[in-house]
Amino acid sequence: MGTEVVETDSVAKEPRGRRPATLTKGGKEGTATAGMTRRGFLQKSAGQAVGLGVIGLLLWMHARSSDAQAAVALRPPGALPESSFLGSCLRCGLCARACPYDTIKLADVGSAVAAGTPYFYAREIPCEMCQEIPCVKACPSGALDPGLLDIAKARMGLAVLADQENCLAFLGLRCEVCFQVCPVMQKAITLEMRPNTRSGTHALFLPVVHSAHCTGCGKCERACVLDQAAIRVFPRGMVKGELGHHYRLGWEEKEKMGGPLVPEQMHFPVRKPGG
Amino acid sequence: MKNRPGPEARQQKGWWGAYRWLVLRRVSQLLVLTLFLLGPWTGAWLLRGNLSSSVLLESVPMTDLLLFAQLLVAHGLPAFQAVLGFMVVFGLYLLLGGRFPCSWVCPVNLVTDGASWMRARLGITGGWRGSRYTRYGVLLLVLLSAAWSGVLLWEWINPVALTHRGLVFGLWTGLLVAAGIFFFDLLVSPHGWCGRLCPTGAAYSLLSYGALLRVDATRREACTDCMDCYLVCPEPQVIDPALRGGSLGLGPTIVGVQCTNCGRCIDVCPENVYEFAFHLPNKSRVAL
Repeated sequence: MGTEVVETDSVAKEPRGRRPATLTKGGKEGTATAGMTRRGFLQKSAGQAVGLGVIGLLLWMHARSSDAQAAVALRPPGALPESSFLGSCLRCGLCARACPYDTIKLADVGSAVAAGTPYFYAREIPCEMCQEIPCVKACPSGALDPGLLDIAKARMGLAVLADQENCLAFLGLRCEVCFQVCPVMQKAITLEMRPNTRSGTHALFLPVVHSAHCTGCGKCERACVLDQAAIRVFPRGMVKGELGHHYRLGWEEKEKMGGPLVPEQMHFPVRKPGG
Repeated sequence: MKNRPGPEARQQKGWWGAYRWLVLRRVSQLLVLTLFLLGPWTGAWLLRGNLSSSVLLESVPMTDLLLFAQLLVAHGLPAFQAVLGFMVVFGLYLLLGGRFPCSWVCPVNLVTDGASWMRARLGITGGWRGSRYTRYGVLLLVLLSAAWSGVLLWEWINPVALTHRGLVFGLWTGLLVAAGIFFFDLLVSPHGWCGRLCPTGAAYSLLSYGALLRVDATRREACTDCMDCYLVCPEPQVIDPALRGGSLGLGPTIVGVQCTNCGRCIDVCPENVYEFAFHLPNKSRVAL
């Protein structure tokens, strides 16, 4: 085999294994394209184009499938909206390294989350909401928004009491663990008293999540005493509803106006039988 | 019938003379990896992050060129630390040669060098020898896909990033791609990944136009045409102009942008034709 291993592709298009004794540059013979027919050139180019196209297609398909699944994982505090985040995260893991509780993990290949991007699962290790927010400070690219200075303003997700059939509070028991562990206590989760219609004499103390204050840290989901959590934290976009932009709430408008929107009560004639 | 270079160099220059740069290179590659792993293993955070972006000694940021370029086209200018990191890397490899990190830092080099060695061992000579410029097509595709989607699509499968992240963060399935590259280089295409496809290397090669550190074929008249340097070089097309271009008035400096400054040609040459040299902007030359 000997010199067969020598590659001559970019030196001159000679058959493999033979090299010109001297370098000829732009001469009549032995130029870079000599020995290659137009058909050969086209075939080669087409082959490469197809190859690149296949790579692009695979990438696109992969991106699509990952997009669809990236749901239950939560992003670290200050993460930009998902599409911006995927366009600005360097996948360097500096946020994960900065996290003192090992909450933040980097996604492996083929997992539900885009490879190399940071995420956490609330049920495994929730966010402890450090006052200093070291993960955001560590981010070199701004994918975790450096404008987030107050951790209470973080919106990593939104807690939802997903299973009201198994939640102990709904069964009439005084559990309240999620309410007790919530770092934004009395604001993000409150207990609402309702009559227990099953017993007829007791009260239910139902945990209610308020999206205006919930940071999505996941401590409630972590703390839920059930085998499978009844309260769960989801990415906000998955669970938060949105009114049509033309909707106006009458009672709010009334308050803004300082009076009824309709000028005066309308009076209808009283119709009596035989009247 | 010889299929592997080296015996003559070993005879002429001794073991250290024939493997010096290879050994230094392996030390450098393993050192970088060790520095990254020292943090999680011992708590000594000398180097934090991974090759996509990192912080040296809690102060010097570094950002990979291709990552930075993708961010730029996908989402616009990132935060200042990433920009600073890009400038540090840009400056460093302008000094040391654009593709210097390919052979002195990148962990994939260990994989592809291994495949190359195994190829010679097993006598595999066939395979796809596509254009050495294919990588610029891949680079273009990577940037276009990022610009079009606004998302770093390439980073889902970037084997270089996946390999290094896999090693540093213990994401073992990410290392499957390293195995994939090994077999690709071994069975499908000689020097296929680093030499033809890798867009990261392609991005760094663009820095080589201003590189200060280069390999010179200083004593090219002593060349005996033994072909050892061609055999050992992962980018042999860069050797020709410097080694044999004298009659065309070409200088002895290897200026091909795809040269990774690995220095193996210096090692294997029994005649001591090659040497490393800094080419300063004022045209003066400092040989190493």
